[in-house]
Order: sequence, then C-alpha cells, then structure tokens
Amino acid sequence: MKKYITFLAIGILLGITLFKSEAASWFRIYEMFKFQSFHMYGIIGSALVLGIIFVQIIKRKNLKSFYKEAIVIPAKNKSFYRYFIGGTIFGLGWALAGACPGPMYVLFGAGFFNILVVIVFALLGTYLYGVFKDKLPH
Amino acid sequence: MNFILEPWPWYVSGPLIAICMFLLLLAGKTFGMSSNLRTMCSILGAGKKVVFFNFDWKAQKWNLTVVLGTIIGGFIAAHLLSNNLNVAISEQTITDLNQLGFNSAGQAYLPTELFDLSQLTNFKSLLILALGGLLVGFGTRYAGGCTSGHAITGLSNLQLPSLIAVIGFFVGGLVMIHLLFPFIF
Repeated sequence: MKKYITFLAIGILLGITLFKSEAASWFRIYEMFKFQSFHMYGIIGSALVLGIIFVQIIKRKNLKSFYKEAIVIPAKNKSFYRYFIGGTIFGLGWALAGACPGPMYVLFGAGFFNILVVIVFALLGTYLYGVFKDKLPH
Repeated sequence: MNFILEPWPWYVSGPLIAICMFLLLLAGKTFGMSSNLRTMCSILGAGKKVVFFNFDWKAQKWNLTVVLGTIIGGFIAAHLLSNNLNVAISEQTITDLNQLGFNSAGQAYLPTELFDLSQLTNFKSLLILALGGLLVGFGTRYAGGCTSGHAITGLSNLQLPSLIAVIGFFVGGLVMIHLLFPFIF
C-alpha cells in the first residue's frame, strides 16, 4: 500500500507540473513546432540536462532503490526503422491532437473531456499496432 | 504564493519533470507513460485475441497508479492552482493560428475550436481528435515509447534508439504543422 502512495504522489506532482508548465497545451505544441518560442525547448532541455546528471549519479554511485534493489534502465533493442517510422507517426499525432500520453490524462483530470476521444483512439491505435506488429519492419 | 498560480516557467517545470523521473527510478521503475495504453488494452481483454496484449498486466499496476496521480494532478492544477488558464503563446503564433481559423489562440488553455464540449457533435473536430489519438497510440507503441520514455528517460540514459525516436517525433510534428495543417484547417 505504501508503494502505491509513493506512485500516486509522483503522479500528482507530474500531473500538476505538466499542466502548470503548459506542456499539456495544444497551443504550446504548435508553437514549438513553429520554433516561435523557447518555452517547450527549455522544458525538455532542462529536464534532459538534469536527467542525464541524475542517471550518471545513479550509475556512478551505484544507488539502490528505496526497496534496496539495483536500479536498471532497460536498454532498447538496436534498430532504426521502428524508432524512426514509429516516432514519425507519433509526431504526426502529437502535433494534431496536441497531446502525448502523459498530458492526455492530465487534461482529462483538468476537465477537458473531449480528450477522451483522443484517449479512446490512442487505445485503438495501440491495439492496431499489436494486431499488425509482425507485419511491420522493426 | 502568487507565482504558483501563474504558469510555471520552463526552468521550474523541466527540472520538476526530471525529478519525477528520478523519483520513479529510485522507486525501482522507469518513467514511461505510453505503456499504460498497452496495459489498458490488456485489461479490456485484448490479450484473448492478440498475443502482444497477453501479459501479466497486474505487474503494471504501479504505472496505472501514476496515471491516476496525473489525473488528480491535472484537476488540482486547473481548479486549485490557476487563476488564469490562458496560454500566453507568442504574438506570431497567435497571428498564424488566427489565419488557420483558431480564434481562441492566446485566450484559452486548449483551442475551443477542438476542445469545447460543443465540438463533440462536430464531425470534423471529432475526426481530428480521433485521428490524432490513433496516430499517437499506434506510433508510440511502434517506436517503443513516447515523450516520457524516449525524450526524457531514454535520452537521459544516452540511448541511441531514443535519439532516433525523438528525431522521428520532430519529423512527424514538423510535417504535420508545416505541410498538412494548411490542408486540414
């Protein structure tokens, strides 16, 4: 139970941050792809710089998790097609719907209920990937 | 305390996102929001028909808990921590969006032309939201991650696959907004 309270708390912090940063705003995504503001680049860039430092600290100090287990970030399989093609398809949708899989839930919580259409079809898209997985280049 | 009610600047938001990722790692998990879509498909019974969804989704309950948290976080942020939801995008962006017919640019959190409840009976708006969701859901699983899994976690771990995926995110986004938006809107 304590574990779930930790995850719930992290989720709440994440949700508040994604909303208050306006990274969950369709307008900010459009502005980013038009290169008309530094805002989104600042968010992703600063998250990344600090993220790299955190991961290096974990690796160099051999930090253990709260539950005394080794911390492992699973490596992704080496490939080009799946990341580039899949990434491009994702980007098309990200720009159109203005929301990626984190902000979708945040927007629902904020009371923008049309986002449910996006969520339901994202589930359908995920399902279709599962159906056609073996026929796609990976 | 007023600054909390204002939109948060990038140099506060970015580090907080990194801290969320760090806390998840310390809790023994990796930050990745899109895998929840696969989990939900599995819960809805997709595993009976498609092998990809036939896995022990109960091991993902921690991540669904994070999702629940983001929903609560969205509620708190919008209803208790904001005095003004308008997003102050640049003047040029507002001009460009006005030309595309988005008159709510600069005066809302999301374009009312797509996200106002009345749009649920507008076929074109529904089609755009549905297509956007479909592409996000399909693309993210194909690419093995989304903004959180690739752009934040993967790049923080200096993984080449994540760099390829993020380049793809941008190629897709740029094509959509620069080449396709004039035809869609």
